[in-house]
Amino acid sequence: MASFTVATRKSALALAAGVSALVIASAAQAQDAVDLSGETVEFVIPFSESGGSARWANFYAPLLSEALPGNPTVVVKFMPGAGSTKGANWFQEQSADDGTVIFGTSGSTQFPYLLGDPRVRYEYNDWQVVLASGVGGVTYLPPDIAEKFDGDADDLGDIDFLWGSQGATRLDLVANLAWKMLGMKVEPVFGIEGRGDGRLMFERGEANIDYQTSPAYLKSVVPMVEDGLAVPMMTWGGLDDAGNIIRDPNFPDLPTFKEVCEATAACETSGESWDAWKAFFIAGFPAQKMVFLPQAASAEVVAAYEEAFNTILARDDFAEISAKTVGIYPQMTGDAAAKAKALATEVPDATKQFVIDWLAEDYGVTLN
Amino acid sequence: MDLLATALPALGEAITLILQPQQLAFLLIGVLLGLSVGVFPGLGGIAGLSLVLPFIFGMDPVSGLALMVGLIAVVPTSDTFASVLLGIPGSTASQATVLDGFPLAKKGEAARALSAAFVSSLFGGILGAIVLTFFILIARPLILAFGLPEMLMVTLLGLSMVAILAGRIPLKGVVAAGLGLMVGTIGEAGAGGSLRMSTYDIPYLIDGLSLVIVGLGIFAIPEIVALLRQDRAISKTGSLGKGWMDGIRDWWRNLWLSIRCSAVGVLVGVIPGLGGSVVDWIAYGFTVQSAKDKSQFGKGDVRGVIGPESSNNAKEGGGLVPTLIFGIPGSGSMAVFLGGIALLGYDPGPHMVRHNLDITYTIVWSLALANVFGAGLCILLSGQIARLTTIRFTLVAPFLFMVIAFAAFQSRQSLGDLAALMAIGMLGIFLRRFEWSRPAFLIGFVLSSQAEGFANQANQIAGAKFRQSFEAGMAYIASPVVLIILLLTVISIVIGIRQGKQILGSDNPPTGAKRAPLIFLICITAYLMVAWIDAFQISLVSDKIFPLTVGTVTLIGCLVLLIKMMLAPEGHALFADQEQGGEDGSAPHGLWPTLAWFGFLLVLSSLFGFIIALTIFFLAFLRIRAGISWAQTLILSAAAIGLICFLAGTLNRDFPPGLLQEFVDLPWPLT
Repeated sequence: MASFTVATRKSALALAAGVSALVIASAAQAQDAVDLSGETVEFVIPFSESGGSARWANFYAPLLSEALPGNPTVVVKFMPGAGSTKGANWFQEQSADDGTVIFGTSGSTQFPYLLGDPRVRYEYNDWQVVLASGVGGVTYLPPDIAEKFDGDADDLGDIDFLWGSQGATRLDLVANLAWKMLGMKVEPVFGIEGRGDGRLMFERGEANIDYQTSPAYLKSVVPMVEDGLAVPMMTWGGLDDAGNIIRDPNFPDLPTFKEVCEATAACETSGESWDAWKAFFIAGFPAQKMVFLPQAASAEVVAAYEEAFNTILARDDFAEISAKTVGIYPQMTGDAAAKAKALATEVPDATKQFVIDWLAEDYGVTLN
Repeated sequence: MDLLATALPALGEAITLILQPQQLAFLLIGVLLGLSVGVFPGLGGIAGLSLVLPFIFGMDPVSGLALMVGLIAVVPTSDTFASVLLGIPGSTASQATVLDGFPLAKKGEAARALSAAFVSSLFGGILGAIVLTFFILIARPLILAFGLPEMLMVTLLGLSMVAILAGRIPLKGVVAAGLGLMVGTIGEAGAGGSLRMSTYDIPYLIDGLSLVIVGLGIFAIPEIVALLRQDRAISKTGSLGKGWMDGIRDWWRNLWLSIRCSAVGVLVGVIPGLGGSVVDWIAYGFTVQSAKDKSQFGKGDVRGVIGPESSNNAKEGGGLVPTLIFGIPGSGSMAVFLGGIALLGYDPGPHMVRHNLDITYTIVWSLALANVFGAGLCILLSGQIARLTTIRFTLVAPFLFMVIAFAAFQSRQSLGDLAALMAIGMLGIFLRRFEWSRPAFLIGFVLSSQAEGFANQANQIAGAKFRQSFEAGMAYIASPVVLIILLLTVISIVIGIRQGKQILGSDNPPTGAKRAPLIFLICITAYLMVAWIDAFQISLVSDKIFPLTVGTVTLIGCLVLLIKMMLAPEGHALFADQEQGGEDGSAPHGLWPTLAWFGFLLVLSSLFGFIIALTIFFLAFLRIRAGISWAQTLILSAAAIGLICFLAGTLNRDFPPGLLQEFVDLPWPLT
């Protein structure tokens, strides 16, 4: 068991300059060099045992154990606190170069980083990504309001919308901004515990708009749609390899927010609102969960992990075993993961500032 | 009849699925694991589930479910050991059990209290399963009837229990509850994220204080310190009076009470978003209110054990309903359980109840069966384990300090946990000394964030509804369910005020000079004023309104108390001070030297890390304070270190590191 000591080992961090060049090092070499037999790999999650990230990590941990050279024991370790910034700050200090510590982040780790939360003392550019897992989101409406929606939001402007939100700076930011761009008057009721509680508010008639991430949508909203209690409006969309927004592979029949925005008079798919929405959408959905090695990890170790994740993704039964836990979204490794990471974490300062100003203006929320 | 036609075949299938030797074996393993983990205060179901999760993937679903359900089901059973024997709330589910369970143990009736508790748990668990079997098919509309105003009302009903638990001076109880509510607001506000009584410079405070630490600090530390000062066994007589058969007879005599409290448990457990933290308090309050002779409550009335224990296992069953029907976990352990079910290839939600009713019933009835195994085992063991109360407490105390510090550290894995435990422990000691109701404080703390959240959210939605039309607004805030719970709350407060005085407060508390109680009241008032001013400076209305309102009410209470104290003569019950008489006053050891031992352990931990600190602490404590021989000292110390290493190793937990570990990399367990 490694220490949780937050010792400063800055000198060790210097070892790993020019990391991205080394990432491409050959996988064959890794097979010879890296052997984790007898080791324990700690898969650290900056959340509690009960969140979605825990579910995701618990799914990958045993598979990773099988796929890594030497079949190390992989244990999931939880380090919740301060909205995941505590764990991320801890990981920033890690100097293990042998692949015995890996770290799983989520949108909740990315957003504070993008918004300049004062608690953030971590730097995504220092970390080496080996897997990026995506997710989608679907907005849905009550049937009576859905009648007014015909592919554009022009007729939704007069309705007073209410929805249950976890907080202005959370993943829900993407939804709030999207609806605002469409010219809809949506008042968030802040402070609910999870998106499931938001769905309950919708079911109870307290809220009249909501979104769910796609696994939750498939599981709990589709039965409501079948019963005529809810009607899907749009998805946030998916991302192709070139970084373009395309229709969500899980919901090919539903329009994306981009399409709805194009059809709506008040909404534009360019300009600073759009740039901000797209940046936070990518950080929150297609690149929501990522697995990182510390900066110090050697190129061989990085390659061994990539190889291991590729092996897992290539399993014949992967689609089947992953459907319930991680959904049927692309799980990216290698260059694709690096690209997703870049899109999710490298956001122009002007865009960040736009969001910070908007949060302060509309919700009075500031981060310091 | 449709209901029966749907339920019965699936039920039959489920029972055949469960009653296979292999599934039963897994269920038993789960039960044994759950019992072992549950015995340690502060760990609870999440720790146990995390232990088995790595093995769940790839298991056959029924075995995997049996393992997990077995574990979840018995944690609220076995945590009773700590509550009754040591006065340590084993988990949130057993807080109310402490009130009467521990006094019974002190009277030498630990075995009786334990077996009464376990039979009640068993009964509650089974009754819960029976109700669920049918209820789960029709629960959806009922659960949807519980909107935010209804949940706010249930929270207020929970708070109204303060009335009956307030002690001799009702106003002191109200202030204690208000203080609990205010302490519960420390940290980032749920709605807008404004910081209250905390800064980004002290990251620990931003997440607020955890319930485990507050529970341990308020109940465990004052009790352990008080007992340690006596230097005798927990049982005053030093022996066990009534045995476990008496407990079972007690339960049988109070069967009706047990049924009612189980029903309360199922009902409150079913409502998503409330969690289990109020159930045992509501059940306790209910038990006291409905009892004819109230004089013994808080001093060792076995009904005070039967009530909450009947409800807390029934609650686990109730909590399954939202978990399975909506896929929304009712508690932390239910959330982990949901993750485990997903690993088995099932996805709880409307689909599961509709299309996998047999699996749903497997879960429900595994829960019942696990309760039978778990409670049965516990009853058999209770006679033996109750002997713990006849051992000289000075030899038990260092183990408790160790376990408590370890458990507290698990909540945030930071040295701040130990500091917070010490701070809350001190508060607990003073609340106990000056007879401020500790249950009232804890109820306030537990309900603080949900009271604030529900109040804000319900208010916001009600505003929108009223803007629509007056009728829509009224229909929203004054639904029949709201009115019924409101009525219950009013009744509960009236009964509480009328009859609460006898409970939890000695008839003639020892009193001394005015000074000490007055200084404590001034300290509380000062904290409240600082918190009030701090809240006043927040710009977001949603984040300041709750602490401002509660703070104002509590401060008014403090002022009235101050005036009363100035007018009242010395010797009035207002100035209750346990140091001035009774057991504490005549204790052979002082309060501060005794507490200092615990402080010594925590300071050592922050310097050398937990294991080295423990070694030094055990050697010093056993040799100097307990005065036993070197041979015995070494054996007990080695046993303690071995036990904690084994526990942490199996659960894959870390120990608090100290300053030393900043500079030197040491191998586990010294890290």
